[in-house]
Amino acid sequence: MRISRRDFFKISAGAAAGVMAFGLGMDLTPVKSYAQTLKIRYAKESTTICPYCAVGCGIIVHTSKGADGRVINTEGDPEHPINEGSLCSKGAALSQLINNENRLSTPLYRKPYSSSWQKVSWDWALQKIALNIKHTRDATFTYKNGKGQIVNRTEGIAHIGSAALDNEECWAIQAMMRAMGLVYIEHQARI
Amino acid sequence: MTNHWIDIKNSDCILIMGSNAAENHPISFKWVNEAMKKGAKLISVDPKFTRTSSKADFYTALRSGTDIAFLGGMIKYIIENNKFFKEYLADYTNASFILGDNYFFKDGVFSGFEPKTGKYNKDAWAFEKDTQGNPKKDVTLENPRCVFQLLKKHYSRYDLQTVSDTTGTPKEDLVSVYEMYSSTGQRGKAGTIMYAMGWTQHTVGVQNIRTMAIIQLLLGNMGIAGGGVNALRGESNVQGSTDHCILYHIWPGYLKTPKASLASLAAYNKKYTPRTNDPLSANWWANYPKYSVSLLKSFFGDKATEANDFGYNWLPKLDDGKSYSWLDLFDEMYKGSFSGFFAWGQNPACSGANSNKTRQALTKLDWLVNVNIFDNETGSFWKGPGMDPKKIKTEVFMLPCAVSVEKEGSITNSGRWMQWRYKAAEPPGSAMPDGEIMTKLFEKVRDLYHKDKNAVFPEPVLNLKWDYTSKGSFDSHKLAKEINGYFLKDITIKGESFKEGDLVPSFVYLQADGSTSSGNWLYCNSYTNKGNMSARRKKEKSGIGLNLEWSWCWPVNRRIIYNRASVDKYGKPWNKQAPVIQWNGSKWVGDVPDGGWPPMLNPDGTPNKKSKYPFIMKPEGYARIFGSGMADGPFPEHYEPLECPVEKNLFSSQLSNPTIPKYTTTMDTYCTCYPKYPFVGTTYRVSEHWQTGIMTRWQPWLLEAQPQLFVEMSTELAKLKGIKNGEKIMVISSRGEVKATALVTSRFKPFTIQGDVIHQIGLPWHYGWVHPKDGGDSANLLTPSTGDPNTRIPETKAFMVNVKKI
Repeated sequence: MRISRRDFFKISAGAAAGVMAFGLGMDLTPVKSYAQTLKIRYAKESTTICPYCAVGCGIIVHTSKGADGRVINTEGDPEHPINEGSLCSKGAALSQLINNENRLSTPLYRKPYSSSWQKVSWDWALQKIALNIKHTRDATFTYKNGKGQIVNRTEGIAHIGSAALDNEECWAIQAMMRAMGLVYIEHQARI
Repeated sequence: MTNHWIDIKNSDCILIMGSNAAENHPISFKWVNEAMKKGAKLISVDPKFTRTSSKADFYTALRSGTDIAFLGGMIKYIIENNKFFKEYLADYTNASFILGDNYFFKDGVFSGFEPKTGKYNKDAWAFEKDTQGNPKKDVTLENPRCVFQLLKKHYSRYDLQTVSDTTGTPKEDLVSVYEMYSSTGQRGKAGTIMYAMGWTQHTVGVQNIRTMAIIQLLLGNMGIAGGGVNALRGESNVQGSTDHCILYHIWPGYLKTPKASLASLAAYNKKYTPRTNDPLSANWWANYPKYSVSLLKSFFGDKATEANDFGYNWLPKLDDGKSYSWLDLFDEMYKGSFSGFFAWGQNPACSGANSNKTRQALTKLDWLVNVNIFDNETGSFWKGPGMDPKKIKTEVFMLPCAVSVEKEGSITNSGRWMQWRYKAAEPPGSAMPDGEIMTKLFEKVRDLYHKDKNAVFPEPVLNLKWDYTSKGSFDSHKLAKEINGYFLKDITIKGESFKEGDLVPSFVYLQADGSTSSGNWLYCNSYTNKGNMSARRKKEKSGIGLNLEWSWCWPVNRRIIYNRASVDKYGKPWNKQAPVIQWNGSKWVGDVPDGGWPPMLNPDGTPNKKSKYPFIMKPEGYARIFGSGMADGPFPEHYEPLECPVEKNLFSSQLSNPTIPKYTTTMDTYCTCYPKYPFVGTTYRVSEHWQTGIMTRWQPWLLEAQPQLFVEMSTELAKLKGIKNGEKIMVISSRGEVKATALVTSRFKPFTIQGDVIHQIGLPWHYGWVHPKDGGDSANLLTPSTGDPNTRIPETKAFMVNVKKI
């Protein structure tokens, strides 16, 4: 089921007003069976959960079986008990988040006092960040506070983010930041 | 949410206040509609007539920042009109507890206030204790010093006239809302609240929610189907990121971050393990050491031993009494305290309050790491409005990451459902999943510490268990299993034998001796020897919508928490049509019960000594109407927002909350009753955009639907200022200004507050200067750096502004 721009506006306006009934996971009975065969022939199907608000709507993702392996369609998962196929305007536009020419695709670096970005390799960027971390941590590490109590921390580095990470990544990032001695650790939940 | 999305259908009355669910959580409305089809009433209370309001049976407006006054009036109405559920109140809440002599409330301030520190000494709020050390009770609720009588006295001041003069809501509208909602106090009826940032982003944010929690307890609406206190969380995994505690004050599973005064693991566990002398109180947090030690075993694996306190002192400690929250973080950054900063999957240059201060703060850094999927105002701050790159020292790394469908892992929705997502495609170019970036970065850091014999305190860096890759790539399954936890040796617990390496089936098996690990005890049961519970896809065919075999829900797959309060003392559901659990004579059936103990009473009416009180997370076992742990008072009290349009608080001579944080840099200004900024401002969201707009401003469809910043105002205010609909104007606060298109509607109406006309305006906060070029900038350029004293969530929902023709 490809959604046209016109369909999108018609249906997403309805969804927002709470009258969506089917939303963008709409009932397209006349074209459904034909679309279904196309999907099976050309695409592999997987499920995901919408990355926007925390309702947790189910979405089906169709990925091309062709060499490029691109996502060719996303639509509400009719089997999902929460949204039963419906999506709001944002969830329905998920494919435009994935296939978007403005996505960042390579690490960028901005030198101090520079007016532009330069493209750099991952290895170079991560190595330089790691050196920065070590330099700052070692220079600012505090074993004991003013009262002589053990604190084993750095107040030279702060971290925020992110509620956009998967649970497993959330756990990993807090573990990594805490192991490096950070105490200023925050994210979206605070604001 | 104590309940979950589908459960909204079981409600008889839905109050949407502090949220605009139809526009910001559109699919939640599927279940609101479902409830309404069955006869439920929908009430919308919002400063602006929203699309939620358009679907409501009853709508009324209030001025931003006056919710406690509005709801305090409801408490008075419920008590004085005898609408409360007395059996529930007396048996399951602390309404019957008797306060000690030191508690009092006088002219807006509670006993125990220390003006020098601006904090309360909460010892003044202690209950009277019996000879066993348990709170004294009067289940008749008549003792003048019992919580119920003091509640009644406290809210007797919230009469209709004073409430209406404060909120601007007509008196008859108040009565209509109170009457409709309090009808759910009847046995078998359910009322629910759907709230969001409209309640949290205030200097009284937590107390807004507590006022509603008190109402829910008065009406017996906690634990039941169609009831609860339901926060509509705004980010797909903000529930999970909170559970895993990317927050300064808590460790995964809501354990406390240790303070400097707690020098050993024993001192730490002692401090945070509550005690009770009441044999009928489950006091679940008595298990604290099992969870903390299991977490340390997940942090440090084999390196964590009893001899080294399981690595307790390898982890950083906070100074006692100091806040390291968002507002404090950016205050310190502005003062130049940090060299390095990670903005990972977040855009603080637009999302935090007082964005000009945040943007200036970024210029003080030596280095900034920004991980994101699109260019954004944080990573590119050095070329933003008013910035001269040649003068900015900050070294910036902008690292491209995968979107959700380009990696595998789980997220947890607002209803606490942990749902697994699959990888559908590769990220573009060399972009990588966040987990992959973390893994590679930490390996490099670790390598540097390995090589440097003089490295500072290398133990935690080198000893962190970090084996979450397979074939060189981040493996979310390995981490999901670690979060669940393992048995670390062959062991027999409660008559069941487990092998080393088995996944722990639930947190009741976790141990405090180092024989188990669990990265987050709340998620123990999510990934067991039976498999990945969050990937389950078996829908419920009949029932109340619990869907116990679809995905997984914390804790232990319990879909409605506090569900043992959904039954009477014999274990019979208050509502037989929508039972959450019920006692069949030998066990509970239905949802996973809040503990398997039998009902409070035997069939013959005698007390069952094996039972436990239903509110198991409180040491006393009762839900708290009197909240003795709050930073700003045990009963919610109306205070004006820090920036407000009135000189007087009609409820006391205390204008604003006496315990709120204020900041003192030159970029922190607060203007109350200042003629330059006469109008109340608020921020909100629209359906087509999301948060700072990073994930929506770049999509052609969404941008076309909502292309630019607008400021909405009433026709009356537009006339007063000579502003036409569609005209570009400036919105100004003492901290910043934004250009916006005027949207003149009748959805905002002027309020009559204390006899004066007060106007309110509102604007969405989705925009930023990076893209689109003519879309406008962040509404948070206007908002103040202050916030709730309990959470320090900024007060971005009520502040003072002006609007000006250009």
